[in-house]
This record gives sequence, structure tokens and C-alpha cells, in this order.
Amino acid sequence: MFDIERWQEIFETISKNKLRTFLTGISVASGIFILVVLLGIGQGMQNGISSEFKGDAENILYIWTGVTTKEHKGLNPGRNIIMRNEDFNYTVAAHEDELEYKSSIYRIWNGIVNFGNESGSYRVEGVMPDYQFLENEAMLQGRYINEQDLKNFEKYVVIGRKVRDDLFKDGKDPIGEYVQISGINFKVIGVFSDPAGEREESRVFLPLGTAQRVFGGYDEIRNLSFTLKEEKNFEAALASSERFSAELEAYLKEKHTIAPDDNSAVSINNSLENAKRFYDLMDMIRFFFWGVGICTIIAGIVGVSNIMLIIVKERTKEIGVRKALGAQPLSIIGMVLHESIFVTTIAGFAGLIFSLALLEFVGPLIETQYISNPSVNFNVAISTVFILIVAGALAGFFPARRAAKIKPIVALRDE
Amino acid sequence: MGSNSLHVLKGINFSVQEGELVSIMGSSGSGKSTLLNILGMLDEADSGSYTLDGLPIKNLNEKIAARYRNKFLGFIFQSFNLISYKSALDNVALPLYYQGVKRSERIDIAMAYLEKVGLAKWSGHLPNELSGGQKQRVAIARALASNPKVLLADEPTGALDTKTSYEVMDLIQGINDEGRTILVVTHEHDIAQMTKRIVNLKDGLIIDDTRVDQIRALSNV
Repeated sequence: MFDIERWQEIFETISKNKLRTFLTGISVASGIFILVVLLGIGQGMQNGISSEFKGDAENILYIWTGVTTKEHKGLNPGRNIIMRNEDFNYTVAAHEDELEYKSSIYRIWNGIVNFGNESGSYRVEGVMPDYQFLENEAMLQGRYINEQDLKNFEKYVVIGRKVRDDLFKDGKDPIGEYVQISGINFKVIGVFSDPAGEREESRVFLPLGTAQRVFGGYDEIRNLSFTLKEEKNFEAALASSERFSAELEAYLKEKHTIAPDDNSAVSINNSLENAKRFYDLMDMIRFFFWGVGICTIIAGIVGVSNIMLIIVKERTKEIGVRKALGAQPLSIIGMVLHESIFVTTIAGFAGLIFSLALLEFVGPLIETQYISNPSVNFNVAISTVFILIVAGALAGFFPARRAAKIKPIVALRDE
Repeated sequence: MGSNSLHVLKGINFSVQEGELVSIMGSSGSGKSTLLNILGMLDEADSGSYTLDGLPIKNLNEKIAARYRNKFLGFIFQSFNLISYKSALDNVALPLYYQGVKRSERIDIAMAYLEKVGLAKWSGHLPNELSGGQKQRVAIARALASNPKVLLADEPTGALDTKTSYEVMDLIQGINDEGRTILVVTHEHDIAQMTKRIVNLKDGLIIDDTRVDQIRALSNV
């Protein structure tokens, strides 16, 4: 391998046979290039789609009720199902160990909120302190609703940034000011922002009990919202959240006398199930790109093998001459392999470097909605290069061995 | 390479002394090339013995055959068989590469032989830039480069015109004058007359083996 004479011989052969070298090289280099770019785009697509889904892919469970569509136990369909505080209390008691954040919600869709001469229509929701974390609200000013507010039925509100900007002109500090909702005064104790932006910031929160009392809800609730405690992996989290929603659904249907197969009366939105679909999609994308990648490698291997076969065939006469001049069979095989490995290695790494450079410099420019930061696992790329080198060597070995075995006289006759 | 076997040589008893210049003649199919191939260890006889410089040549595997060829024999072919992508100099140096001679030394020796065949000025040229006669002279230099005991020439003038043939034969005679043993396979009588001994083959048998008065090739040019 480190025989300087052999190297000189190889370099001479390569430099005198540029077309042959070029063709071998281009098939290897393009194979690697296509594969790396493909895997890079695959990764980019994965990145892009996962950032697209990120805002939603939390472990939040959201429960709401509707109208029954099926007759059950002598009760007519068409009943409006309304959850009560006791539903929430029972669930919390029954699943205390599993729950992380929990809140029930009482909502008025279009509450007229005004401050001085400014007014607007916003979603007004009575919530519990945990709701801040369920909805991912960040406090810009003041504080969120706490347990004390809840217990004392305080007439406090926490308003969204949009609400503050609409009602409090000229940068007036809203904290401690009173706003009117349906003509009743509430004291502003905090301003929040939401990662989902303006739509979610056009909301006003007040303590649940206060909302129920003020807006005539008594002990009615519109929604339940929970998160479960973290599990060690995604599968476990999915399993426990599916179990929890199944149990909750069964309880609610039992309690409110709903047919077990009536799907419109109780609805549970399980984000983890959505997340699972998302992960399945990711797996499909990865699978697809690997499939295409492997096919590309196979095409590359076939290409290299073909070229090696042709090269050896073309050199049969030369091999005969070399044997007549005293070349031993092993040195013939060595010569062919040495050349093929050398060329495939150089070409493979050239393709690799070129494609990595392309991903590095052009990659960031093709930042679209569904492709972001295309990149490739370096180890994967390197192993691919080696697979092609080994394939080239193997593809060269068999014809080279055959050529080395041919009697020189036969090879010399080969025209 | 069919499976049918054909006895080409049917009992050849023949020895060549050191320093001889022998031509082997015969019509096509007489077995002259087969004889040369056996002598050149490119082919093997089914039976019989072959002794080269006191060394019995038998049970050859590819490896040993290659070594003997390199050490003892120099080949000259009808179609020259130069490696097309190597310069004249590198072609001549190739047997030395297989002897394990260092590159710089190889180049020096090869250059000396190219000078000997009068092609020193053409050392950097590729075979397809040379005329037929020049190619054959490069091939002769290559055959000589490993300093072999015997030169084997298979129709060395078969692809050349008469004038060039005689020039090549003049070179071969000159090499023989220096004491090297040379066997030439030919079917041309005028070429055969330029050797010192003519062996005539017919249907795999020697029918005639006579010493002749050598005609110097140069006198014909």
C-alpha cells in the first residue's frame, strides 16, 4: 500500500487515462452527492414540518360537551349536555397522581369590555390559576389569577396584550385600573402574552367562581383542560393520556346518561394523539428518503461495478503484456484494485465535500415553510462513501482476478 | 478455448546453444507459435521436459512462471504489444518495474537501451506517435531491458515492410553478435536466411534443422 513505486505506477496510469478515471469518479461522486443532498432535504423537511407543528404538540387534553344524538335509557336525543363543578372535582380527585395542570373553564364568547370611552368585544373566560400554564401565557405585567382570588370570588381580571392595547391608549398603565364587563367593574391585575399571537391575546380571564356568579353560570362549566405528568418516553405518555381520556369519557357519559357510542355529546381533544400522527408522518418521510437513498447507493454500486468491468476488459491485453514481462497475478490484481480504490475514494470524498458545502451554503437560502435547515448526519455520509469504495473494490476484484488468471498468450491475442 | 484437445506438437527434440540465432519456420498450423509459447512459459507442454540454462522448467504456477519470464526471457511480438498510454521510455522500463528496480535506476537503464536501438530522441513519445519500425525497436529495447538469457521473437517483422524488416533484423543480428541467444519465429525465407540456423516445422514435427550462412541484413537495405 505504501509502496512508492506502486503509487507512481498508479498515478501514471491515472494521469494517462483521464476519461476512464473521470467516468469512474463521476459515477461515485454523483452517487454520494445525490444521496447526501437527498438526505439533507429529508432532514430539512423533517425540521420544517416539526417546527410547523411545534406550537400544538403539547400534551394538553381539552374536553367539551355538546348535544346528544342518541337515545339512551329512555332519554331523547338532542339534550344539551352541561358539565358541572362536581365533574371537575371528581376527575381531579380520581386522578390526582396523574394530573399536572388542571382547570375548568366558564366562557362568554362575546363579552363587551370597556374602559372609559374605549370598548371592545372579547372572549371572557373564568378560569383557574393552572390555566396560565395550560395555555402557555407569559405575564407582561402584574400577575395571573391565584388560588386566593378564586376562593374569595375576587372581581379581578387578567387581560391580553391586544386588549390592553385596544383599551388603554397612550401607554397608560392598566394595572389597578377598573374595566367594565357587561357594566360590572373588574380590577386589572395583570397583562399576558400568548405564543400563538394576537388572536389568543384578545382574551380576558377572571376567576372561575367569579365568572360563574357574575354571568349566571351557577356551577356550570364549559370545558375541562388537563395536562398529565411527564412520562419517561413518548409511548408511555401517549398510553397514559389515552387511558386517562378513555376513563374520563366513560365517567362523563355515565354521569350525564349519554350512550357510550354517542360521539358528539362529549369530545376530547388529545394533543398527544395529534403528536403521534405527526411522529408517524416524520417516520414516513424518513423512511421514504432512506429508501430513495439506498436505491441511489445501489445505482451507484451498479455504476461503479459496470465501469470496473469495462476497465478490466479494456485492459486485458495490457495485462497480458504485463504478465509476459513478468508481472505476477497478485500484482495485476493489486494494480487494478489500487487504482479503483484510489479513484473511488478521491471521487467519493469530493462528492461528499461538494454536497456538504452545498447544504451548508445554499441550504439556509431555501428556507421555505416545509423545509428548514437541511443538514445531514456526517457519519451516515462517511459510511456511504466507504460502502461505495468497498463496492468499487469488490466490483474491480472479480474481473481483475479473472484477468490475472488468463494465460498471457490468450490475453495477448485479445484484440 | 474449446474442450476439444488438439495435438499441435507431436515430439519436438531440439536444443539451442548459448549465443545462437535460430529461426523457426513453418506454414501456419505447423506449431511454431506453440513451440515459442512453451519456450516462453506462456503455455505449457502436456508432456516432455524443458531445461533453460540448466534449470528444469516444470510444474510452473503463475507466480513462478512470471518470475522466470521476467528473469530469463525477453519477448518481441508481431503486433509490438506496447502499452499505449505509456511513453517509449516507460514501456522499456516496465520489465524493470517488475524486477523491483528503483525508478531512477529504471529510467537510466531504459534510456541506455533506447539509445542502443537508436530512439533516445523519441523516449518521451507515446507508441501511436511512432512508426511501425520504431515501435518494434522500442519493443526490442523492452525485451532487452531485463537483460534476459533468451530473446523470443514471434514474427517480429510480420507487420513491417521489407526495408523496415531488414532494419529490425539488423538490430537483432547486432544483439546476437553481442552473444545473446535469440529465437525468431517467421515464415519469411529472407528473414530466416538472416539467422544462423533454420528449424523447419511441419505438422508438429521438425522436418529439417540446418545451419545456414548468415546473410547480414544491412547488405540488403
